[in-house]
Amino acid sequence: MAIETGIGLLDIRVMIPELTLICVGLLLMLLDLLTKKKEVLAAVGIAGTLLALYGTYKLYGFAEPQSAFWDMFVLDGYANVFKIIFYLNIILTICISIKYMAVEKASYGEYYALLMFATSGMMIMASAADLIILYLGLELMALSTYILAGLLRTQRRSNEAALKYFFLGAFSSAFLLYGISLTYGLTGTTNLREIADTLILIQMNGDPIIYLAVIFIIIAFSFKIALAPFHMWAPDVYEGAPTSITAFMSIGPKAAGFAVLGRVLFDAFGGMQVQWASILVPLAIITMAVGSIIALAQTNIKRMLAYSSIAHAGYMLLGIITGTPEGLTSTVSYLVIYTFMNIGAFAIVIMLRREGFQGEHLDDYMGLAKSHPAASALMLVFMFSLTGIPPTAGFIGKFYVFMEAINAGYTYLAIIAVVFSAISAFFYLRVVVYMYMRDPKEEVVLSSSPTMSIALAVTATMILILGVFPSILLNLVRFSILG
Amino acid sequence: MDSVIFNNLNYSILSWTVFLPFIGAVILLFMRSAGAIRLLALLTTILTFVISLPILANFDKSTFKMQFVEFREWIPAWGINYFIGIDGISILFIFLTTILSVLCVLVSWKAIETKVKEFHIAILIMETGMLGVFVALDFFLFYLFWEAMLIPMFLLIGVWGGQNRVYAAIKFFLYTLVGSVLMLVGIVVLYFAGGNTLDILVLSSVQYPFKLQFWLFLAFFAAFAVKVPMFPVHTWLPDAHTEAPTAGSVILAGVLIKMGAYGFLRFSIPMLPDATKYFAGPILVLSIIAIIYGALVCFAQKDFKRLIAYSSVSHMGFVTLGLFAFNTQGVEGGILQMLNHGIITGAMFLMIGIIYERTHTRVIADYGGFAKLVPWYAGLFIVLTLASIGLPGTNGFIGEFLIIFGAFKAKKILGVLAATGIILGAGYMLWLYQRIFFETANSDYEPAGDHPVRDLDRREVMVLLPLIVFVFWIGFYPNVFLEYMHASVEHLIGTMNQATYAGHDNILAKFITEIFNGY
Repeated sequence: MAIETGIGLLDIRVMIPELTLICVGLLLMLLDLLTKKKEVLAAVGIAGTLLALYGTYKLYGFAEPQSAFWDMFVLDGYANVFKIIFYLNIILTICISIKYMAVEKASYGEYYALLMFATSGMMIMASAADLIILYLGLELMALSTYILAGLLRTQRRSNEAALKYFFLGAFSSAFLLYGISLTYGLTGTTNLREIADTLILIQMNGDPIIYLAVIFIIIAFSFKIALAPFHMWAPDVYEGAPTSITAFMSIGPKAAGFAVLGRVLFDAFGGMQVQWASILVPLAIITMAVGSIIALAQTNIKRMLAYSSIAHAGYMLLGIITGTPEGLTSTVSYLVIYTFMNIGAFAIVIMLRREGFQGEHLDDYMGLAKSHPAASALMLVFMFSLTGIPPTAGFIGKFYVFMEAINAGYTYLAIIAVVFSAISAFFYLRVVVYMYMRDPKEEVVLSSSPTMSIALAVTATMILILGVFPSILLNLVRFSILG
Repeated sequence: MDSVIFNNLNYSILSWTVFLPFIGAVILLFMRSAGAIRLLALLTTILTFVISLPILANFDKSTFKMQFVEFREWIPAWGINYFIGIDGISILFIFLTTILSVLCVLVSWKAIETKVKEFHIAILIMETGMLGVFVALDFFLFYLFWEAMLIPMFLLIGVWGGQNRVYAAIKFFLYTLVGSVLMLVGIVVLYFAGGNTLDILVLSSVQYPFKLQFWLFLAFFAAFAVKVPMFPVHTWLPDAHTEAPTAGSVILAGVLIKMGAYGFLRFSIPMLPDATKYFAGPILVLSIIAIIYGALVCFAQKDFKRLIAYSSVSHMGFVTLGLFAFNTQGVEGGILQMLNHGIITGAMFLMIGIIYERTHTRVIADYGGFAKLVPWYAGLFIVLTLASIGLPGTNGFIGEFLIIFGAFKAKKILGVLAATGIILGAGYMLWLYQRIFFETANSDYEPAGDHPVRDLDRREVMVLLPLIVFVFWIGFYPNVFLEYMHASVEHLIGTMNQATYAGHDNILAKFITEIFNGY
C-alpha cells in the first residue's frame, strides 16, 4: 500500500460533495444574518444540495473506487448510492419544512444549516473506510440531529426528545468507541480493509474477543438504525421532534447506519459472517415483532410511523444478514424506496398541522377523504406502499429483500418477515379506514404550499413508477454496488 | 418458444383488453360530473368487452398451447418478463370478467350516490387486475395483479358497503393478505428451484423433488384456499359478500373467488403434481365438508344476501371437488361450474341489489308475497333459483352433473356425498323462494302501503337478461363452451397422470383412503 506524503488534489476532489454541503451550511448561517426571508435559505439549501449532487454525478465517472486521505475515505458506487439517498432526503425534507416551520414558529436560520451539516456527516459515514473517520462522520451527524430534534424550544416534548436522543446517542457512541478500541487493540489498525487482512493473518476470525468487538459495534449501529431492543428512544424522539425532522431522522441516520453497518461488517469482518449473522438474525426478528406489534396500539400517527420505521429496519436487515453483495444491494434498494414512501407519509402528517391544531391523532384523519380527496389518495398510496402491496414500490423493496434472504438460505426469516408484514398491514389499513370509511368529526384544513405539493408529487410518482418499472432503480443500485 | 403461439393479430389484443379499463380509470381521475363519469365507465367496460371479442373468434381450440402470447423484457435483473397469453382454461374467465364488469357499472347507476368517481375508478382498476390475473404467464406479473386487486376491493367493501362494512373489509383484506404473502415466499423459493425464472411455462416443465413440492403446495394452498374459499378458511366470505355493495358482491362472487380455483389449475396441479396427488385426499374431504356444511348453514340464515354468500361456499366446494377428481369430466365440470357460479350467483347478487334499493332490508322475514308485488322480478328469480339448484336445462345442471360424474369415477362415495349437497341446495333455495315470494305479503310494500315497491325497469332487465341467456345457453348446448377447454384439460390430466406418487407416508391420506376403501 503506497503511503502518500501529503494531501493531493485528488483527495480534495473526492470529497467535493461533502465540502460543498459544509460550505453551503456555513453560507446559510451567514445569510441568516442578512435576510429575514427563510424561503431564501431554503432555496439556497436546495441549490447547494443540487450542486453537491452534480459533484457526485461527475465523480460517478470514476471507473474504479477512489480512495483518499491515506485510504481513510473512499468513494465507490456503494458510497455514491447512499449519497443519493441523503440528497433525496434533505431536498424533500426542505420542501416539506418551509411552511411547517413557520407554523411551528420555529423558522430559525440554523435549521437549514444544521440539515446541511447532518447530511454531510452522513455522507462522510457512507464514504468512511476507516473506523475513525466513521466515528467523526457519525458524531457530526448525531450532534446536528440532536439539536434539530429539540428545535421547538417552547415545547416540552421537543426538549425531551432532544435530551433523550442525546443521552442514548452518547451511550451508543461509547459502545462504538469500545468496539473500535478492542478492534484496534487486536489488529493494530482502524482501516477496514487492513482489519480484514490482519484478522486473516493472525487467524483471529471468529475469536471470542473480536466477536465481542463486533457485538459492540453492532449495538452502536443498532441504536442509530433503531433496531429493537435498542429502539426505545425512537418513538419518543419521533413524536417530540418537529415532524419535518422526524421525517428527516427516520431516513437519514437510518440509511447512514445501514451504510456503515454494511461496510464495516462486509469489509472488515467479512470472514465472520456466521458470527455476526447469529446476532443480527434475532435482532431482525425482535425488531420486526416489536415494530409491527406495538404499532398496532398507537393512536398518535407520528408514534405509529416511528414503530413502522422500526419494523422496516427489521426487513432491511435481512439483506445485510445474507452476507452477499446481492443482499446488500437489496437493502440499499429498500432504503431508496423507503425514503420516498416515508417522507411522503410524513408530508401528509405535516399538512394536517396548522396553528392551534396538532393533527397527529388518528381521529384527526376521520373522513379526510371527503374534504381532501387528493391528499387522502396520496396517503392511501403511501400506506399501501409501506404495507408492501403491489403495484407500489414498497412491494418491490420487500420482494427483493425476501428474495435475497431466501437465496442465502434464510427461508425461515423470510416467512417470519412476511407474517409480520401481514400483521403490520392492520395499522396501515387503519389510517385508510379512518380516512375513507369514517365520517369527519370536524372540518380539517390542510396547510399546503407549492414546495409541499412538489414533494408529494415526486414521492407518490416515484412510488408508483418504481412499483411498476423497478428496473430503473435496480439497474442503478446494482450497477453501483455490484459493478 | 415453440410451446406458445404468439399473437398474430395486428394489435396486442390481450394487453389492450387488460389495460383499457385502467386507461379509463386514469381518465376518470380528471372528470367531475357524476353523469359523465358513469357514462365513461360504462363505455370503457363495453369497449373492453368488444375489443376482446376477436379472441373467441381467433382462438385455436385444437391445442393446449398458450395463445395470443405477448412477450417483453420487464425486469431483466431478475429475469422477469411481461409475458401474457391465454389457453383453454383461462379464456372463458376473460369473458366472464368483461361481461360482469359491464353489468356492475350498470347496476350501480342509481345505487351509488357518494364518491361516484372513486367508485368507478375502483371498479375499473378491479377489472384490469382480474383480467391480468387470468392472462399472466409470469408468476411475478400474476402476483402483482393478484395483490393489486386487494386495494380497490378493500375500498369497495369498506367505503360503499353496508352496516358492518369496515369489519368485513379488514377481515377480507387480512385473510387474503396472509395467504398471499405465504404464496410469495413460495414463489421466491420456486424462482430459485426453477433456475432463476418465474416463467410459468418453464416452471411447469421442471420436475421438483417431493419435499420441495410438499412445502410449496402448502404455501400456494394458503393463498388459493383462502381465495376459493375452502372450508375452514371461508369465514371472510359471508361477511365480505354481505357487506359489499352490489357491484362488489358480483365481482367477488363472479370472478374473485374463481381465482383461487384458477390458481390450483394454473400452478399447483401442473407445477406440483406429486404433492397435488399427495394432498388430493384431504382436499376432497374439505370439498365435501364445504358442500354439505355450506348448504346446512344456509338453512339457518336470516339475511337474504348472507344466505347466497354461504351457498357460494357450497358451490365452490363442488368446484374443488371436480378439480381434484383428476379426470376430464371432473376438471371440465369444475371449470364450467366456476363459470356457471359466476353467472348464477352474480345474477343473484344483482337481483338482491335491485330489490334492496327498494326495500332497504336484507332480512328475509321482512319480505313475503313478492310474487304478487313484483311479478317480473319473481319470474327471473325463479329461473336463477332453479339454475342454482341444478335443474336440467339450466347451466347449473351441466356443471354439477359433470362434477358428480367425475367424482363418482374417482371415488363412488364422493359422488354420493356431493349429490346430497344438491338435495340440500334445492331445500334451502326453494325455501328461500317461498319465504320471499309467497306467504303473506308485507303490507308495507303493497301498492297502498308505506313503501310500495315497483317492478324491474328497463335498465335492470337489461342488466339481468344477458346472464339469463347464458343460463339457458350453457344449459342446452354446453359444448360451445366446453370445446374451448378440451385440449387444455386433456393436457393437464396428462401431466397429472405422469406424476410419480411413490407412496410417501401420509397418515391422513392413508386414513382417508382406508375409510373410502370400505365402500
